Amino acid sequence: MKALSSDRPRIAVHKFSSCDGCQLAFLNLGEELLQLSQRVEIRHFLEAGLDHPDDPVDIAFVEGSLSTAEEYERIHRIRASCTLLISIGACATAGGLQALRNLDNAHDEWRDAIYASPEFIHTLKQAQPISSAVRVDFELWGCPINSRQLLGAINALLFGVPPFDERDKLCLECKRQQLVCVMVTQQKPCLGPVTRTGCGALCPSFGRDCYGCYGPADNPNTHSLSQRFAGFGLLPDAIAHRFLLINSGAGEFQRAGLLARSSQDPAAAPLTPEEPEHE
Amino acid sequence: MEVPGFLPRAGLQQMISLLQDQGYRCVGPQLRDDAILYDTLSDADQLPAGIIQQQSPGAYRLQRIDSPRCFSWANGPQALKPLTFAPREALWYARVEPDGNLRFREAAADDEPLAVLGVRACDLAALALQDQHFLQAQPDPYYNARRRRLFLIAVHCSHSADTCFCAATGDGPQAQSGFDLALHETDEGFFVRAGSPAGQAFYQQLPLEPGDAGAFAAASREIEESALRQSRTLPVGDLERQLFDRLEHPQWQLVAERCLSCGNCTQVCPTCFCHSENEAPSLDGLSSEHQRQWDSCFSPGHSYLHGTTLRADTASRYRQWLTHKFGSWQTQYGRSGCVGCGRCISWCPVGIDPTAELAAICQPEGPHDA
Repeated sequence: MKALSSDRPRIAVHKFSSCDGCQLAFLNLGEELLQLSQRVEIRHFLEAGLDHPDDPVDIAFVEGSLSTAEEYERIHRIRASCTLLISIGACATAGGLQALRNLDNAHDEWRDAIYASPEFIHTLKQAQPISSAVRVDFELWGCPINSRQLLGAINALLFGVPPFDERDKLCLECKRQQLVCVMVTQQKPCLGPVTRTGCGALCPSFGRDCYGCYGPADNPNTHSLSQRFAGFGLLPDAIAHRFLLINSGAGEFQRAGLLARSSQDPAAAPLTPEEPEHE
Repeated sequence: MEVPGFLPRAGLQQMISLLQDQGYRCVGPQLRDDAILYDTLSDADQLPAGIIQQQSPGAYRLQRIDSPRCFSWANGPQALKPLTFAPREALWYARVEPDGNLRFREAAADDEPLAVLGVRACDLAALALQDQHFLQAQPDPYYNARRRRLFLIAVHCSHSADTCFCAATGDGPQAQSGFDLALHETDEGFFVRAGSPAGQAFYQQLPLEPGDAGAFAAASREIEESALRQSRTLPVGDLERQLFDRLEHPQWQLVAERCLSCGNCTQVCPTCFCHSENEAPSLDGLSSEHQRQWDSCFSPGHSYLHGTTLRADTASRYRQWLTHKFGSWQTQYGRSGCVGCGRCISWCPVGIDPTAELAAICQPEGPHDA
């Protein structure tokens, strides 16, 4: 990863196909946002009223997936005018919820069923992560990401070191907080043992099972976990739904989900999405 | 046999109050989130009366029965470890002074006096092992401060769980040493013994009655029967040699197919001491908190050296955990690192049982999928 050359780096926050929730990790900083703006120069951030999308910057934060032809053009322009590109959130890093449409090759049917006037919708067949089109220097996983993660990454870059990649299993965070395992006490189908930490074990701290919004952790054994879920009585379709949700585009989760789907009907081979239109 | 003094059940509240009067925060087992956890105890009614438990590989269940007893269970996910080796803590702070110099400041050690009621024999054995690591090998001031403040009241284990094997490791179910007081629970109350000068002094203040010899013999028999109910064992002989002779055993791959590499076994293990340290800088870039947190040999960072994670796959991580815990720990600390509490079995999300893995790896005729 390139080091930043400036003492007060310029940053931009770009939005692609997404819900805007990850950008809130900046706005939710509150008073700290003022502090941050003294250490970095925010050049482009539409949600905060700054509209200079073509200014060259040191760090471009990118939220959202690539879902339209215009977005493919725009991401190349952004890549060309930034030193470091950091994808923020599940959409930008793995395609997000909208990548569910990749799985069934049914874009047109879904579009026509959902929108009152589908003729105005110009989306591509598939939603793809930013890294499918351009080089991404660092990924912040999560749906949505949080301010702690964001500040951690920016702080590291300001100190001239690569940001720390949080790849540990969520289980470690649960135990550091001394939370009781909902899988062991309640047989809940928790994705914690295959999911990245970073959320602060939000769901388990409220007694519910992790649904994997921070994406696959290091070395995830989705096969063994799927078998355990089956042992809890989950049918293959329910297991598939656990993996194919927020991060259905993330390799390990997609494989586990498609495998569960295919085992529902042993005759059916795992469905492989068609290649996207843009490489 | 000398009969210890007897504390009627109604005297338990008085014991808690006496501890509080002497400046201790009292901590004891309580029902929380479908498990038994240690939390601040001000009232004897907070104890888990009539609660029994069922533990099996990957499962932990509590049930309520009609019984006045508060300690009819083996253990919860915590041992004493979180009270001495904090899951996450600040070690020091660094700050850039106006003159440009860096100033370092030590984090305050937590030394609030703490009386823990309901300590198990296995957890006392684990504490002795952690003492070896944190007080002798490389003295740790934070551990030391938390350790020195403890007043430990053990309760001998009358209800081993199916996952318990402390009889096989020689660490329970009767607490042997390391406690200030130790209790035998009966329906009517507790037989009390002191195990330290501080415990002896406290013993003198308790509203004790003369103990009945027959009732004490029955209470002692319960603990012996609790040991006999345990079915799990460890391979006999020199486990360190057996494990290190079998580093290429096919069972390591077989267990890796089931293992999630999630590290839960190491986090609930009362003797595991691995941790990582990291910096948490402030947003103004002028100060930083240096933190320590529990880590695990199942995490990628544990074997990360110079750009490479040496143990990238689960088989090598599982092998690291088992060969250290049951093998090289003996050279390092003079005994096995396992005290037979069985937590690694119950709290493994997929129910892997290290005693079965050891049996498969150490048996002479070859592997079997446990």
